[in-house]
Amino acid sequence: MAGGRKKFVVGSFSDEKVLFPAVKNVRKAGYKIHDVYTPFPIHGLDHALGIRETSIHTAGFIYGTLGTATALGFISWIFTKSWPLNIGGKPHFALPAWIPITFELTVLFSAIGMTLTFCYLCTLAPFVKKHHFSLKATDDKFVMAIECTPNTSEAELQGFLNSAGAEDINVQEAETGWWIGRYDTEQKLYRDEVGF
Amino acid sequence: MNQQFELPGAYKKWTMALLIAGVLALLWGLIMYHPTAHAGHGENVNSTRFWAVLLQNSTYWLLTVNASMFFICVTTMAHGGWQVAFRRVPEAISSLVPILGAITLIILMCIVFGGRTDIYHWLDKEAVAHDKILKGKEGFLNPGFFLIASAVSIGLWWLLGQKMRKFSLESDRMGTMDYETGKRWVWKNTVWASLFTVVFGLTVASTTPWLWLMSLDAHWYSTMYSWYTFASTFVSGLSLIGIFVIYLRNQNQLEYVTDEHLHDIGKFIFAFSIFWTYLWFSQYMLIWYSNQTEETRYFIDRIGTADNSGPYHGLFFLNLILNFICPLIILMKKSTKRNWTLMLFMCILVIFGQWINFYQMVMPGVLHEHAQLMPFELGIAALFIGIIMWGVGRYVTKNSLLAKNNPYLKESMIHHT
Repeated sequence: MAGGRKKFVVGSFSDEKVLFPAVKNVRKAGYKIHDVYTPFPIHGLDHALGIRETSIHTAGFIYGTLGTATALGFISWIFTKSWPLNIGGKPHFALPAWIPITFELTVLFSAIGMTLTFCYLCTLAPFVKKHHFSLKATDDKFVMAIECTPNTSEAELQGFLNSAGAEDINVQEAETGWWIGRYDTEQKLYRDEVGF
Repeated sequence: MNQQFELPGAYKKWTMALLIAGVLALLWGLIMYHPTAHAGHGENVNSTRFWAVLLQNSTYWLLTVNASMFFICVTTMAHGGWQVAFRRVPEAISSLVPILGAITLIILMCIVFGGRTDIYHWLDKEAVAHDKILKGKEGFLNPGFFLIASAVSIGLWWLLGQKMRKFSLESDRMGTMDYETGKRWVWKNTVWASLFTVVFGLTVASTTPWLWLMSLDAHWYSTMYSWYTFASTFVSGLSLIGIFVIYLRNQNQLEYVTDEHLHDIGKFIFAFSIFWTYLWFSQYMLIWYSNQTEETRYFIDRIGTADNSGPYHGLFFLNLILNFICPLIILMKKSTKRNWTLMLFMCILVIFGQWINFYQMVMPGVLHEHAQLMPFELGIAALFIGIIMWGVGRYVTKNSLLAKNNPYLKESMIHHT
């Protein structure tokens, strides 16, 4: 999580047909898109943004395997070593009876593990604040945030975004990494913020 | 693409070769295995084997081709659009239902009218009269009900499937549909697809496997059995669709089929392989757990006991490896589901695996240690594969491979997983 306070040029789009060519042109011009925030998932946008395939399924596989191993290991230790019981005359190592539990622990481990991994990758947790570039991204606008490097000319970039079809173009400074704090004590009402 | 697809010479040659091999195997069986030799249980093993193999193959391939019409109907009912780019392929496969249905019905009639008590124990009136369990099942395990129910089921699959194929072929001549026409056409399709699905649920997913297959082990019963059979044939049906889609794509047909469509077919095969395993295991575990003599019989015939592992021991576990472990491990990754060569391999593997599954469903109950897996068994399978190849080839050369006026075609073209 390369965090820190950074400067962004932010523009909003109201149409997918304008957004996609804009993403392409901004990337072609060499600007670094921080992210595009949308009210709903847009097919192919991750592709257009050049974001690499997520590895969360690999993590899920590992968590799942861990769940399988935990279940089988723990149950077989209990029923064959720690506390063998005679259940209906079945063998102590009664694999078929353990499969449902094994299956459920596999699912549970992978589900919880993937959720937590996802939250970590998105820097989501209780008491972690997120910067909203524009709250309209939760309603009807596609909001593109472009990261400013020392070489970026803000005015030029704003002009570029304007010609690409963006509206409400502004410059914001935002924290990008883990940012611990509480909204109720530290944040002003969102209506004061730039971009609303 | 607008030109009518012509079958390549190699396809025709293979179809011919398989058909010839199959007919030779059938003739061999007719001459060498004395199919008319009347026999009680275990008396004339070769004759039993002849009918058991025919029963296994006809039911397996019939239910497999019928599953592709089920695939069309469920995707239609769900207003799915992604399958439209290759929809003519399952249609072509399902056009085999009348032919394979007739073959199956003839085989069933031969078994019933021939009084083959070695196959269906419940045909033995003497035994039924003195048998409490069989007497209890007499209401549906009797020749009249058995044949009428089979004929009605096959007839309904045929008629309703025919209707669905007719709608699709009609749309080719209708020209581009406007909104109202398209809506009416989709509605009509949805209604008939629902009818087929209801019939399918009442037959393949419940009663048909009881009659045709579960009654081979006449005393035994399992409530999982029909779903288990349905899952088995649905996976193999999807694999059959997969094989033909991959083949036709390699012949530069089905121009709108991309990696995305293959990926979704792969997901279906992956998911239903696991569904099959779920049912397989549920059936196994309940019987293992309750440990009642009349139920465990089925698995003792297949796995054997601690002292005697029995002739089907290896096959029983091979079944699990082919139909569960292989799809689970190989199809788990996204990249394998998008790999055309690997998907072709997996489709063939699954079809073979489910064929083995049917083999171990049919053989142990009727043949015990006398079953064989020899050129005769494989030859009969080749006969059915040949018939399927011939039928699909006929359909795809007579009709356009693209349902060009289907209202969902655009959705299928831009499909993205």
